[in-house]
Amino acid sequence: MTGRLAPYLQAAPLALILGAFLLLPLAAIVAVSFWDYDSVQIYPDFITLNYAETLGSWVTWKTYLNTLKFVAIVWAITTVVGFLVAYFLAFHVRSTTMQMVLFLICTVPFLTSNIIRMISWVPFLGRNGLLNTTLIELGIVPAPLEFLLFSEFAVVLAMAHLYVLFMVTPIFNSLMRIDRALIEAARDAGANGWQTLTNVVIPLAKPGIAIGSIFVVTLVLGDFVTVRFMSGGQSASVGLMIANEISLLQYPAAAANAVAVLVLVLLMVAAMLRIVDIRKEL
Amino acid sequence: MNAEKRGLEFYALAAFFALFVLFLYGPLSTILILSFQGPGGGLTFPMNGVSTRWFENLFEQQAVGDFGGSFARSLALGVMTTLTTVAVSLCAGLAFRRRFLGSTALFYLTVASLVVPSILVSLGIGLAFQVAGVQPTWWTSAFGAHLTWTLPFGVLIMFAVFNRFSPAYEEAARDLGASNWQTFVHVVLPIIAPSLVGVGLFGFTLSYDEFARTLMTAGSFNTLPLEIYGMTTNVTTPVLYALGAVTTLVSFTAIAAALVAVTAMARRRKTLKPL
Repeated sequence: MTGRLAPYLQAAPLALILGAFLLLPLAAIVAVSFWDYDSVQIYPDFITLNYAETLGSWVTWKTYLNTLKFVAIVWAITTVVGFLVAYFLAFHVRSTTMQMVLFLICTVPFLTSNIIRMISWVPFLGRNGLLNTTLIELGIVPAPLEFLLFSEFAVVLAMAHLYVLFMVTPIFNSLMRIDRALIEAARDAGANGWQTLTNVVIPLAKPGIAIGSIFVVTLVLGDFVTVRFMSGGQSASVGLMIANEISLLQYPAAAANAVAVLVLVLLMVAAMLRIVDIRKEL
Repeated sequence: MNAEKRGLEFYALAAFFALFVLFLYGPLSTILILSFQGPGGGLTFPMNGVSTRWFENLFEQQAVGDFGGSFARSLALGVMTTLTTVAVSLCAGLAFRRRFLGSTALFYLTVASLVVPSILVSLGIGLAFQVAGVQPTWWTSAFGAHLTWTLPFGVLIMFAVFNRFSPAYEEAARDLGASNWQTFVHVVLPIIAPSLVGVGLFGFTLSYDEFARTLMTAGSFNTLPLEIYGMTTNVTTPVLYALGAVTTLVSFTAIAAALVAVTAMARRRKTLKPL
């Protein structure tokens, strides 16, 4: 292959696919968000009514707020759990083989179906589920706990379950790159375990935490399956709102909503990319 | 750090890790067990006998919609996505080793493909096809939708691989008189082959289980995850769990196959003798 042209030819397939199936569709969303519609069809037009209706409704704002609440809670849980798991793997498991085996054990569920992983909470959390039966038999509660399934609790639990690995992996990656001599140096300089953790390990784990956060935040922000299934239709999120508008064939309304989500996602990711240079972390 | 005795911190974190693994696998194992529920049993414990009734039920056409068809479509789509993801990611990985005009833009477009919520990609492709007057099908629009999800993983993995790739091997090959193509096939490719298997595994499992991006792009025929999701609203027998068990088994098989391939490559490399 002749030198100068080669990288362009090699990058072309990726650019073409992402152009056709990401950029063009996003452009279509932006365009349709200005279109008009009735109960059967959508019409090319240039109206701002879709935005006015979406952004002018207090239901929208409440839904966005609720979604951000999910984002905050799930982010906090996955960050703490993800860090502890990654920290254990990186600093306490001594053989590399064992590290790889344990890491693989964490990875396997991520490669199976999300919907099946969600459904699998039902026999555990349900009214007659494993947890309720056990609690009643032990005499801890008199009647089945209703909030376990089809509730916001269930949504948060399932999301943490589905997305925690996106936090474990990048943090583990960051922790593995920490020069062990730095830990020794901290100890020699008189730092105790906690001081080493907060002054050496956590600051050096920041890029990993940032990348994991990008994943978790965007996944929760756009989620609608988990919210619909685990809340039993009792909770709302932006993703679900868009999905509902789609199923009612209100495409321009869905598109206006989607543009708002897109702006929100891109702003959040841009903010997080200021903390971390992804190209250097890979 | 290595020579020290294990402290309290180790045991606390080890216990936490054990709980974490239980959290990951506990729910999954309950449905695997419940899929063997007796004929009269329900969706929750206790087990009402043990049977393979629900697995048989799964393969009877009328019971659960179009299991066979959707399964076949998902497998075919998974294979298409895997092959395309490996080839395109490899090419892009090679491209990113050199500077080229627009490389930064293409990199961030790839990252964008990962962070734009799936429902938006689904809606966008659905709308684009509708506006263009083209019928969406699982092998066109859904295929493209899946690639927007699998390619970023593939490209970022290749990016990481080539970041750690020493050009010394290629230089040595070229010094010995190898052409560019020979260097690529006999030197570069064997070294990165295990990573390509990894990219393929991601491509397959992510596509095979993909739901949100398929929702508006699959056209008139469902893929398996769409079929399963449909079942959650109207099926109230353990056949749902049997389906879950079968599809999880497919994912496990793909993972096992990838692991075997990577181990075999590592072993082969060890036994290779210099000429």
